Amino acid sequence: MSSPPATPTPENRTRREEIADAVRDAGRRRIALYVVLFGLVGFYLAPLEAGLMTAFKTTDAFNRTVPFVPPIFGGFTLEPWRVAFNEMSHALINSMLLAVPATILSAGLGSIAAYGLTTIDWKYQMPIVALFVAGIFIPYQAVLVPLSRLFAIVNTQELLSFLWGLPLMHEHYASIINLIITHVAYGIPITFLLFRGYYQNLSVEMIEAAKLDGASVFSIYRNIVLPLSTSMFAVTLIYQFTQIWNDLLFALVILPSGGGAAAPVTVALNSLTGGIIQSFNTQMAGAFVAALPTLLVYVLFGEQFAEGVAGS
Amino acid sequence: MQRLRDVLRRVTPGDSGDGGAPDVPTGGAEPTADSGDSSELRSDGGERTDSPRTSSELRSDGGATVTGERTDSETGTLRSLTSSDFVQSIPFWLPPFLLMAFFVYGAIGWNLVISLTDFSGLILPEYAISEFDLEMYRQAFSDPTFWTAARNTLVLLVVFTTVCLLFGMLLAILIDQGIRFENTFRTIYLLPMSLSFVVTAKFWAWMYNPQIGMINVTLRQFGLGFLTTQWISNPSTKLAAVIFALIWQYSGYAMVVYLAGLRAIPTAHYEAARVDGASTIKMYWRVILPQLRASTMSAAVVLMVFALKAFDFLYVMFGNHPGPAADILATMMFREAFGSNNWAYGSAIAIVLFGMALAVVTPYLYSEYRRGEL
Repeated sequence: MSSPPATPTPENRTRREEIADAVRDAGRRRIALYVVLFGLVGFYLAPLEAGLMTAFKTTDAFNRTVPFVPPIFGGFTLEPWRVAFNEMSHALINSMLLAVPATILSAGLGSIAAYGLTTIDWKYQMPIVALFVAGIFIPYQAVLVPLSRLFAIVNTQELLSFLWGLPLMHEHYASIINLIITHVAYGIPITFLLFRGYYQNLSVEMIEAAKLDGASVFSIYRNIVLPLSTSMFAVTLIYQFTQIWNDLLFALVILPSGGGAAAPVTVALNSLTGGIIQSFNTQMAGAFVAALPTLLVYVLFGEQFAEGVAGS
Repeated sequence: MQRLRDVLRRVTPGDSGDGGAPDVPTGGAEPTADSGDSSELRSDGGERTDSPRTSSELRSDGGATVTGERTDSETGTLRSLTSSDFVQSIPFWLPPFLLMAFFVYGAIGWNLVISLTDFSGLILPEYAISEFDLEMYRQAFSDPTFWTAARNTLVLLVVFTTVCLLFGMLLAILIDQGIRFENTFRTIYLLPMSLSFVVTAKFWAWMYNPQIGMINVTLRQFGLGFLTTQWISNPSTKLAAVIFALIWQYSGYAMVVYLAGLRAIPTAHYEAARVDGASTIKMYWRVILPQLRASTMSAAVVLMVFALKAFDFLYVMFGNHPGPAADILATMMFREAFGSNNWAYGSAIAIVLFGMALAVVTPYLYSEYRRGEL
């Protein structure tokens, strides 16, 4: 196919035949390519499809049918979804209360830190940048024992005792506040890196011009850098929201054993068994309930998520 | 830490070494324009005997011309310390830095201290230097469970990262063939990464179910019933089953990184290879793949970090006791510290794990810094 067309082949084929051959060959390769691509779609979606189908089946049905076949021959039920949603609705609220503020705070702090160390250029900032970036890569196991000690010593519930008498406030929010602080602190390195990469490409002339006009660093950030970072904020918020929503480890360590009233959705899903026997239909429904917000974010903003992922 | 030292070593002597040289001509040349005794000043600068008068004059000079903001001489340092840039930047980066540093580096230091104590059970740790010893590390290194977990961690790291990279590269090349619905394919391949380990572990526990799980059912359907096994309880397939599921979840990440790398290669390189009559495979092997080294490196490091964080997945699938076939240091640490309340022992294992991460990440960050991409 890639041989130069000018050289005559031993069979003395005409040019036209050669081209026809090449086209047929290319067409065949094209078909093979799409077969492989669709096969891979099957590979990536199979666990989700099997899970979704199982979530709509009765216990009897998923025990005797093939996992990925839809429950069209009887055995269709919404009961697993009802059970899963009932048991996890409280945890969904907790996860929202945790993920939304933690996401916004970590993105905001990452942005101002990156501004202070990238756009404002001063000497000896590299060691600090390095400390920020290295924070992305630490295995969280190395901080778990101190974290549990810290929140045993610092009793947020007592410190904020004046809050719990207020309407709409509950004592278990103290644990959620602990989790928010933790997620913000460990989220800063990655949000810092994302914003730093973005701010490095901002036009230097523009900043210099604003400086010459006598703008203070605060007003440069407020009036120039911040409005320009909206797209990067979208990327960072989406990425951080998924990370914080999906976390299990910090919740296991910081919350009282079993999660208590403050259990986020990952903890609730982990302890969701749906009865004495392992009922996979309830578990699969629960998995989808827990994954729904991140799946939704991903389907709507897949591009931004991919950008955040590639930046990390 | 080593990286930090390198940064400091590079910054400090480098500045006094070459920072002085370019400064002398500028410092000497500027006054020539306006002051009469230029010769005296220039020779003065050349000998580098900075009298107070000269330095003050240089400073005022730099202030007047504005462009001299980043003169790297002694006077420059003095000026940049007091100048607005550094001081004004503090409110921006210092609060986030302190919060992050306390939770990351403070906690790691604290963890290190705890690992030197005998903290276990409900008795609080004693932070007395005279009581510190390496007993916990000795205990770990003589514990066969520790070595099994360390070996599994290493296998997980190497196999998971390698297969993910190869698979992700293949995906990226397939996606890069100018296909239709490219975005849809890419979105689907990356989709599992947006899911929590808790969710994917639930999915795969169901997939691997020995009686009615999808894998075994499909194998039986194709007459491959002899291949069926209890994937996640059979010790010989346990770790492989976990790694396979993790590859399913994260190969999309490698694809995204490689795709960005492929798109950065100029089209001319493909065309040149085509004109030279290289076959597709040869073109990728000889021309394209060597240019993806940077992508490979960054993807490999991030994948290894993901692998070190695979704790959630194992915890949901097996609880605190994955058994020797799938026990990794992360699960062992959690079991010892939060399951058995052997806090100091767990901390020591965590420090070993931290050392492993450091060994992976430090060379990477250093090379990024050398290429000016940090």
